Amino acid sequence: MFKGGFIQNLPKIYGLYTGGFAVFILMMAIAEQAGVSAKNIGVMFVAFTVLIYAFIGYLSRTVQVDAYYVAGRQVPTVFNGMATAADWMSGASFVALAGGVYYGGYTYMAFLVGWTGGYVLVATLLAPYLRKFGCYTVPDFIGTRYGGNFVRACSVFVLFIASFTYVTAQINATGTIASRALGIPFELGVWVGLISILICSMLGGMRAVTWTQVAQYIVLIIAYLLPVFWISNKIGAGVFPHLMLGDEVARLGELEQQFGLVKNSAADIKAAGVPGGLKYISGPHSAVPAGGMAVWKYLSLAICMMVGTASLPHILMRYFTTPSVKAARKSVAWSLFFIFLLYSSAPMLATLSKLALMDPNLPTGIIGKSISEVQSIEWVKNWSAVKQVFIADFNGDGILQLNEWFMRGDVVVLATPEVAGLPFVISGLVFAGGMAAAMSTADGLVLAISNALSHDIYYKIVNPKADTAKRLIVARVLLVIIGAAGAYIASFRLTSILGSVAWAFDFAMSGLFFPLVLGVWWKRATREGAIAGIIAGILSGLTYLLYVYPKFSVAIWGVAHEPWLGIDHLRFGMIGAPICLVVMVVVSLMTKEPDAATQRMVDDTRIPTGKAILGKQH
Amino acid sequence: MANKDAYWAKTKSHMIVTLVLWFFFSMVIFMFGSELNSMSFLGYPLAYYMTAQGSLLAFVIMLFWTANKQEKIDEEHGYSEREDD
Repeated sequence: MFKGGFIQNLPKIYGLYTGGFAVFILMMAIAEQAGVSAKNIGVMFVAFTVLIYAFIGYLSRTVQVDAYYVAGRQVPTVFNGMATAADWMSGASFVALAGGVYYGGYTYMAFLVGWTGGYVLVATLLAPYLRKFGCYTVPDFIGTRYGGNFVRACSVFVLFIASFTYVTAQINATGTIASRALGIPFELGVWVGLISILICSMLGGMRAVTWTQVAQYIVLIIAYLLPVFWISNKIGAGVFPHLMLGDEVARLGELEQQFGLVKNSAADIKAAGVPGGLKYISGPHSAVPAGGMAVWKYLSLAICMMVGTASLPHILMRYFTTPSVKAARKSVAWSLFFIFLLYSSAPMLATLSKLALMDPNLPTGIIGKSISEVQSIEWVKNWSAVKQVFIADFNGDGILQLNEWFMRGDVVVLATPEVAGLPFVISGLVFAGGMAAAMSTADGLVLAISNALSHDIYYKIVNPKADTAKRLIVARVLLVIIGAAGAYIASFRLTSILGSVAWAFDFAMSGLFFPLVLGVWWKRATREGAIAGIIAGILSGLTYLLYVYPKFSVAIWGVAHEPWLGIDHLRFGMIGAPICLVVMVVVSLMTKEPDAATQRMVDDTRIPTGKAILGKQH
Repeated sequence: MANKDAYWAKTKSHMIVTLVLWFFFSMVIFMFGSELNSMSFLGYPLAYYMTAQGSLLAFVIMLFWTANKQEKIDEEHGYSEREDD
């Protein structure tokens, strides 16, 4: 199957796969009618899809260096787009994005603009040039362009901090979903998740990850879009929700007026015993908050996410796998198209979900009903039992007010099908989608870290004489170690200490964005400049994070600091990246211009044709 | 001017045009969020629409446009890659 015409047959192979998956969904629907329990359907969905990914991973095993690191550079444009979309959209995107919009409204949607707009920077400033360069990893570009092991090691360090922050959150998400779908304890779920992740990537490296990510994209996009369209049609909101929810958004505004947006005091919430992590609606859905500070907070968050996107190594390395520079450019466009399909649906899902709960004219509406009535609803009972929803009757009138209904953000995606009365088979599908999203991102990240360590640290610095077999063994051993370290940390639920996935973006933008961009666009950038920039950027970013994040700041200084100019812990890249830029430019100008060979190398990088800077095997 | 330099000059100005558009859709629009929200598009308040869907769609279209335009620049200067490369 993988010989000869594999690449030519891709559309047919994945077409069959999609058809097969549709048949599987139908079979599960029939099984549900025949009385198979909801729990077993969930188990079958997750087990079946994970087995398919593992099978693809096994078929893609390889003993070649360029297949292991860059999938042999033959991934066609559209398929690389799908793989990148799966690589990009994490368990957090899948499960938490709609919940974020549900609670944060307009303000939160700065993330949507940030996580898509960043691809414009990827396409114009970096992807085609890094592809021409012919590197295996992102530090490979930095190390070759600026020359020297020290600058290479610095960039590996930034890559490690950024990607590792991200990967524990992903393994945590696989663990959560595996434990819920399979009915096993979370600690065990984390290791089940890890094993599934490793099976997909260990034997075939980038090649295996590419083809499983395409398969995972197909599952996750079906799992996200099907419920959105179904619910929208079921509650009569519109056949095509993306274009037709204008009235519903306006209706939410009216309902907010009617019920009132009340802020609960922290003391009340504590006294009522609301479980941690549960939220209530206190902000408007579509209204724009007034004032310059609100605008600045929106823009600064969008900037951090955009620039961070363009510096995250696990995304950039996906564009090393295309057959040509031209294909790399187009592939970025396709990636964003496939990402757009999900991201533009998240606000629609949030709108539908909110309306389903808030609108008294809908049979699913619960706000304004008596609390005893609401507590007897089946799904409320189920999700209360696992502490995902909570009712606190603050005013003691026995009627559920908007500010008395607490829910975890994840529930928006996981429970909305159930709330809207869709069959359980859809909930099973959503579990499989969440698992696919978390696995595909974790795969990409673990591979990015272990490839940088095996190629840039082991092969380029420690043992340049290592033969192919040895390099690939080292790469795989590191893959297992990194994965296990991530799972180990995740199993202790230490991720709550690590804060937010947004940190990964801020770390990457603080230490990598300008060294990468100036490496292509500014010939005068020197090795000393790059080293100084990376170190100054990452250290200043990190220091500011310690200063501004209450948990850290209290531990170190004994007090929580006010953010400076509204730059809180989600936005610390706003400090790191500019410092990196200034230091890098100043130090570059103070040091000797790069030699003629380096300048020629930059010239060659800028032109699509001709030989790659780094050979096919290096 | 050598072909190579002319090519890079064109590529650079194309990059700047793309980034100006990017800046408009990612930043400028949202500087005027509360003003724009009083207008509507497809029944949605405009700023809400742009952040939920409009700017995202603009980025997608922009990327296909910018890739095609750059391919034309490649061709004009003889830097077009063969399909079988």
